[in-house]
Amino acid sequence: MSKLSRRVLLGAPLGLAAAGGVGFWYMLSGLQDGSYDPRSVPSALLNRPVPEFTLNPVAEQPLPGFARADLLNLPRPVLVNFWASWCVPCIIEHPQLMALHREGVPIFGVNYKDRAPDARAFVERRGNPYTRLAADEPGRVAIEWGVYGVPETYLVDRQGLIRWRWPGPVTPEVLEQDLKPLLRRYA
Amino acid sequence: MRWLALLALWALPAFAQPLPADRLPNPAAEARAQTIGREIRCMVCQGQSIEDSDADLARDLRRIIREKLVAGQDEGQIREFLHARYGDFILLRPPFSAATALLWATPVLALGFGILMLVLLRRRAAPPVPALSAEEEAALAKLKDTP
Repeated sequence: MSKLSRRVLLGAPLGLAAAGGVGFWYMLSGLQDGSYDPRSVPSALLNRPVPEFTLNPVAEQPLPGFARADLLNLPRPVLVNFWASWCVPCIIEHPQLMALHREGVPIFGVNYKDRAPDARAFVERRGNPYTRLAADEPGRVAIEWGVYGVPETYLVDRQGLIRWRWPGPVTPEVLEQDLKPLLRRYA
Repeated sequence: MRWLALLALWALPAFAQPLPADRLPNPAAEARAQTIGREIRCMVCQGQSIEDSDADLARDLRRIIREKLVAGQDEGQIREFLHARYGDFILLRPPFSAATALLWATPVLALGFGILMLVLLRRRAAPPVPALSAEEEAALAKLKDTP
């Protein structure tokens, strides 16, 4: 066996292990800051118009519900956020939604499989980041959007096309690295 | 004890049955619904079909399949409805497309790679050792003779 092939034989497994280690390290650091989720699935609706739907407002609160027509021909991009009062990651992302709200980004909330009093208590206690707040108690409209868990956040551009979907909480990292550049791009 | 363990291994896999209230009264229609559902991935548990899953979303999708069957839609229409909303991932048997070509081609590629390696290794195998020359034979005989 030549010297070169011996070196290759010795180096190949080490190189593979090193590459695997680096990949694994990236995955772990992504898991930690929320930018990588091994269970996340890309949305089938990406770059497509928002689906057909109509949602009533969450009962006994002032914000209106919304329908597909409310997401077409907008002055600026809108976030559609599926959430529930029983959802723990929704609490994690709530400060980021409040920050976006203070910056004037319109967020349309869809309260998923929840009770209206619980939903109202959630926003009364933690603050309300929404400009519209609709109820999807049966969860059928969520299926139209391809939602498979809460929270899920969609970025709808001014023409009503879905440009981005984030399954899971919008962490500070996701907000800064993914969402804010997109909001500027589609502004 | 050992027999019991073997028997346990033989036990048929249990499928989570849909709630009685969700089952279609017509057994043939219910069987069709289950056939469709077994090919649909539960997006929450991901390793299971919606027929095997207890997740809320899986139950909703089982209901939708049954509603659409009763409304007269066929299997293709129902699968298309789910595929349009959740993409290839929801089909436990993904369709062949540009995006899934690598997935489907992997077994063939792996086999081809294996055959290629075999051929290359064969070709590189050391040439057969030539027979001993007369001089070498003599030297060997001499060595054998010395005690």
